[in-house]
Amino acid sequence: MRPDLNVVADLIPSGARVLDLGCGDGALLDELIRVRGCSGQGVEVSQDAFFACLGRGIPVVSADIDQGLPDFADGSFDVVVLSQTLQAVHRPALVIREMMRVARTGIVSFSNYGHVALRVRLLTRGRMPTSRMFPDPWFETPAIRPCTLRDFDEFLAGQGVRPAGRVLLNSRGARADGLRSRAPNLLAAGAAYVIRADAED
Amino acid sequence: MSAGASVGRVETRTARLFDEAAPLVLESGATLGPVDVAYETYGDLDPDGGNAVFICHALTGDAHAAGLHDGATRPGWWDNIIGPGRPIDTDRFHVICANLLGGCMGTTGPSSTDPSTGRAYGLRFPLFTVADLVTVHRALLEHLGIRRLVAAVGGSLGGMQVLQWALDHPEEVGAAVVICATARLSPQNIAFSAVAREAIMRDPQFHGGDYEAAGTRPDRGLAVARMMAHITYLSEEGMRARFGRRLQDADVPRFGFDADFQVESYLQHQGESFLRRFDANSYLYLTRVMDYFDPFDDLASLGRKLERVGTGFLVISFDTDWRFDTSHSRDIVRMLAAHRTPVSFREISSPHGHDSFLLDIPDYHQTVATFLDRVYRNRGGRG
Repeated sequence: MRPDLNVVADLIPSGARVLDLGCGDGALLDELIRVRGCSGQGVEVSQDAFFACLGRGIPVVSADIDQGLPDFADGSFDVVVLSQTLQAVHRPALVIREMMRVARTGIVSFSNYGHVALRVRLLTRGRMPTSRMFPDPWFETPAIRPCTLRDFDEFLAGQGVRPAGRVLLNSRGARADGLRSRAPNLLAAGAAYVIRADAED
Repeated sequence: MSAGASVGRVETRTARLFDEAAPLVLESGATLGPVDVAYETYGDLDPDGGNAVFICHALTGDAHAAGLHDGATRPGWWDNIIGPGRPIDTDRFHVICANLLGGCMGTTGPSSTDPSTGRAYGLRFPLFTVADLVTVHRALLEHLGIRRLVAAVGGSLGGMQVLQWALDHPEEVGAAVVICATARLSPQNIAFSAVAREAIMRDPQFHGGDYEAAGTRPDRGLAVARMMAHITYLSEEGMRARFGRRLQDADVPRFGFDADFQVESYLQHQGESFLRRFDANSYLYLTRVMDYFDPFDDLASLGRKLERVGTGFLVISFDTDWRFDTSHSRDIVRMLAAHRTPVSFREISSPHGHDSFLLDIPDYHQTVATFLDRVYRNRGGRG
C-alpha cells in the first residue's frame, strides 16, 4: 500500500465504519476491512477504479462527489476519508460540508504545493510545479486546485471546521516526524489532517 | 452477442410445494393449497450445495430463463446473461429460476383450479405480498435440498423479491443483485398500474374475473394494459431512435385511425402477442403486489437483521429508465448503507429504458460478471 495510505489507515480506529471518497482501486478500504476490522464503503467516479473495487470485493458506489453525497445518511459513518482527492474536486467547500454531515471525523490528505522543492522549481524554471501524486502537466492534471498547508488551514477556518490533528508527510508520502514544528508549510511535501466540525467536541 | 455459450436444451419441471393438508400460509393469514411451482435449473449443484444462485423474474417472466426448450427457436428470457462463461456462469453456479406465485406459466395462480369449487380461482385467489413470493421460493429451495444461496439476482419486480429476501432472511442470501428495482413505488408508478388494471377490469369480457367460466377472455383490456406498460419500459430516446415518425408499410400518411405510424404497429403487436402467453387475472395480482411493496417500512427490525449478517448488495440502474428511475435505486443504496450493509451501486448508460436489464449491454454485463466472480471466489467465506 502507498505510504500515505498507511498514514491515513493509522489515523483510523480499528473497527470504525469508514467512507472513502475517491477510493481508487480500494487499497485503503481493503486494508481497513480485512486487516483492521473496519467496515465501510468507497465512492469512486472512475469506471476502471469502480471495477477494481468490485473485483476485490470492496463495496463501492459509482458517483461524483462534486454532486455531494446524497447516497449517504447523516452520521452514518465514523470516519470519512478524502485521500489525495481534495485537489481534484471542483467544489471543495461542498465536499467538506458533506463529509462533516455523514461522519463526525474526517481525514483529508493532500500534497503541499508550498513545499520548498516545488517553490524552487517554480522560481528557477518558471513553470507550474507538479507533485508526486499528480505528475501530469497543468493542462492535463486532475489537480485543478493546488493548495498549500496554509491555504488549507484558512479554508478550514472559513468552513467552520477545525483540524483535530495533523500528520506531515515527506516526499515519499511517509510520516515526516522530524518536521513537527519547523516551518511545515515549507518543508512538508504533504499532510493528512484529522478534521471535525467546530460544533463537535 | 454475449460471450459464452447457451446452457443448451432445458425443460421446465413442476414441484408440489404445498397441499391442502399443509397449505401455504400467506402473510395475510390466508391459506392456499395445493401450490405447484414451475422451475428450471441450469449448471450443477456442488456437493456442499454452496453454489446456488436464484433468479427472480419480473412481472411477465417465467421459469424459462435460459436455454432452449425442445423444438423451440427462441431461448429463455434471460439467456444472454445465463450460461457457461456468461455473467451468471453455469460452469460455476447452479442457477434456479421459478415462475412466481400468482403467475400463469405453470405455478399456481388465479387461473388454477380452486379445489373448493372445481373452477378457476379468478378474483377469489388470495391477495399476496412480495414476502409471500419469497416464501414460495424458499419452499422450492427446501424441496431441492438447498439451504443457502450464494446469490439472488433479479430485475424490476425480480429485484424487489431479491431485496425482500435479503432483508427478511439475510443469512440465506450471500449476495444480492438488485437491478432497476424499487423499494417503494411512486404515485406515478401506481397510477400506470392502476390504469392497466382498469383496462382489464372494464373489458366487458372480464366477468368479474370469471371469464373462463363464461368462455371468454378480456383480451382487449389485457392488450391495452400491455401496450401502455410497454411504453413505460422503453425510453423517449430509444423510441425516437427505433421508430422515429416513420409510417408502417407506407410512404405517405393514410390519415385515419388505423395503426399508421410504426410505433403504433409495434405496440399493437406487443399487445397481441402478450395475449398468447399471459392471463389477465395474473396481471392484476402481480401488478398489485408491487403497489403494496414497502420493505423499508419496519426499519428497526430490518436494520438489525442486516447489520448482523451483512449480505453484500449490488444495485444497478439505467440512466434512461423512467419506470423505476435511478432515484429509486439510490433510495435503496441509501437505506442499505445507513444500516451498515455493504452496497455497490452503479448507474449504467443505455438508451433502452427499463427494458435494459434484459439486454446484452456490455458495461452492465461486465458489472454483474465482476461482482459475481468475486462472490464465487469468496464463497464459503474465503478471501
